[in-house]
Amino acid sequence: MLDRRLAAWDVYASLPMPTTSDEPWRRTNLRRFKPDNIGPSLNGTADAAVASVPDYLAAQLTEDKTGGLLVQVDGITQSYELSEELQSQGIIFCDMHVAVRDHAELVQKWFMTEGVPATDGKFAALHGAFWRGGTFLYVPKGVKAAAPMHSALWSANGKTFTHTLVVLEEGAEATFIDEYGSAESGSDALHVGAIELLVRDNASLMYASLQDFGTNMWQFNHERGRVGRDARLDWVTSAMGTRLLKAFQTVELDGQGSWARMSGLFFADGRQHFDLDTQQNHNAPDTVSDLLYKGALRDKSRSVWQGMIKALPGSQRIDGFQANRNLLLDKDARADSIPGLEIEADDVACTHASTVGKIDEEEVFYLMSRGIPRETAVQMVVEGFFDPLMQRIPFAGVRAHIAERIIEKVG
Amino acid sequence: MTALEIRNLHVSVADQSILKGIDLTVKQGEIHAIMGPNGSGKSTLAYALAGHPFYEPTAGQVIFNGEDLLEMDADERSRAGLFLAFQYPVAVPGVTVANFLRQAINARRRAEDPDDKGISIPAFRRLLKTKMDMLGIDHKFAGRYLNEGFSGGEKKRAEILQMAVLEPSIAIMDETDSGLDIDALRVVAEGAVRLRNESDMGVIVITHYQRLLNYIVPDYVHILMNGRFVEHGGPDLALKLEELGYDWLRELYGTPEEA
Ligand SMILES: Nc1ncnc2c1ncn2[C@@H]1O[C@H](COP(=O)(O)OP(=O)(O)OP(=O)(O)O)[C@@H](O)[C@H]1O
Ligand SMILES: [Mg+2]
Repeated sequence: MLDRRLAAWDVYASLPMPTTSDEPWRRTNLRRFKPDNIGPSLNGTADAAVASVPDYLAAQLTEDKTGGLLVQVDGITQSYELSEELQSQGIIFCDMHVAVRDHAELVQKWFMTEGVPATDGKFAALHGAFWRGGTFLYVPKGVKAAAPMHSALWSANGKTFTHTLVVLEEGAEATFIDEYGSAESGSDALHVGAIELLVRDNASLMYASLQDFGTNMWQFNHERGRVGRDARLDWVTSAMGTRLLKAFQTVELDGQGSWARMSGLFFADGRQHFDLDTQQNHNAPDTVSDLLYKGALRDKSRSVWQGMIKALPGSQRIDGFQANRNLLLDKDARADSIPGLEIEADDVACTHASTVGKIDEEEVFYLMSRGIPRETAVQMVVEGFFDPLMQRIPFAGVRAHIAERIIEKVG
Repeated sequence: MTALEIRNLHVSVADQSILKGIDLTVKQGEIHAIMGPNGSGKSTLAYALAGHPFYEPTAGQVIFNGEDLLEMDADERSRAGLFLAFQYPVAVPGVTVANFLRQAINARRRAEDPDDKGISIPAFRRLLKTKMDMLGIDHKFAGRYLNEGFSGGEKKRAEILQMAVLEPSIAIMDETDSGLDIDALRVVAEGAVRLRNESDMGVIVITHYQRLLNYIVPDYVHILMNGRFVEHGGPDLALKLEELGYDWLRELYGTPEEA
């Protein structure tokens, strides 16, 4: 692992810091980002137990009782449990460091090889050099995980670099919720994460990443799912926090008949800046991808969504869809929505839709005309806007938590 | 007894004067029909009474329940007992009919008592079911997004469902009959009449057609042309219009273009 860290560091050193003249960074300026001013994380030197994790984190979110729960502070495990049932199924669900120690063979094979290699970009390389903590989930061939699993990753201060590696072997099934949070603080913090979701032939993964960092956080993430033959990846992302978020989220539909759904929900306020770069790569025939990202923006916040559907020449009979819809709640908020298609195959059905709109005063008036006060009416319109995404989240606890945050943010 | 008193009301839309002095008093239990050609200002009157920010009262007064209606926000007017069944109901994507109605009921309860916990789910279900049955509305309706993808007739029925749930003291029905098939027209009209009989609701019916007035028989008929009432009468006046159209009135009172 040390060799890999060093190799990643070499990549990091060889790449320049992205600037707005790099296409993927055109709308995200890092001028105010001063990584050198951000202190180190606890880094194992301080007592992780001192940092208190709020109760809502790691709360039960699914109707089925969670079978595995991992709580970390700055990448150091604070509490951990895995039900006997999941253990007896041969499922590995643990701290990424424990995985390196106890499951070296598996980790070596998949850690930053197929999902997010260090060469993916400056921040992928930085992650490769400094990653600390995170989750390893491995579901053996043909095993259907008997219960959902849940990681709660709390950043107490400084720089954090958690890594998520999920491997579902052929025919396996699992549900995994990855939750990120940090306290609000006056000094800048940094999170550079990587998420790798490897879904083998006929396997099926439901993955939800729920991010609610403090607004002092700068987050740079590289995330990739790989979907094998006839496999399914149902991927939900919710972003509420950070000062600035830049995430590259890619699905690779590698196997014939594979299916992926990407559902993204974000709500920016204050001076938050979210930049989401999504790719749906149809690398095989008969593949289906369906992306829906919806965002609400308040105050002077800003969002960028740039999406691309790609189809290789041999990828016939594919169906790719992407839609990004943005709701502006204030005149100073701004959303850029940039869909894109790069299709080299001919028997394809690819469509995209993108909208940026203000809250509809006719809707608000209609609700008010039935006695509903203005604030509640606005909340209802915003909640209604997100409802199609909520319908894609099969966990009442997650929906309730998100709805609560939406109402808080609408104010 | 609640009454709606409109005195010399002038209303502008986008700085253009549309209503030019409306006087009308509607008491609880009374049924008033307002008729008039397209563009004469009927919906403008309805919107201005409901408090749509686009419709600006520039002169006159409206007293509702002894209070100055024009000083109230739209939600307050509704909670005070005024209801408008829209000519063009608005779709609110992502908000279900049931959720919407529950919020509307709870808003009333909270205005009375800020600590109110809201109507219980079972009580709300029962209420909704009763009202839907009365209006012959499929229960599945409750789970649909408000007015989204509704047919013209479904939208109008949904308006009357809202009226039935909220039980206003004065209701304005703006062309509720348009878009309804014959059976639906009867069900909706009977529903309105029942509300008026049960709760002594006062009604302003805006319509172009006698067929609705066959069910909801008006006590008074008022004809609006070019932003002013030009004739007042009883049910006969509506029949006369049905027979003769508006030409005789245009001759008497001028076309909008000439005004
Ligand atoms: N929102 C608006 N924007 C611009 N003009 C408007 C608006 N609402 C009403 N008007 C104008 O005001 C006048 C009266 O319109 P209104 O909708 O009140 O007529 P109406 O009597 O209800 O007609 P109809 O029988 O067709 O429903 C029309 O000239 C119309 O164009
Ligand atoms: Mg009208």
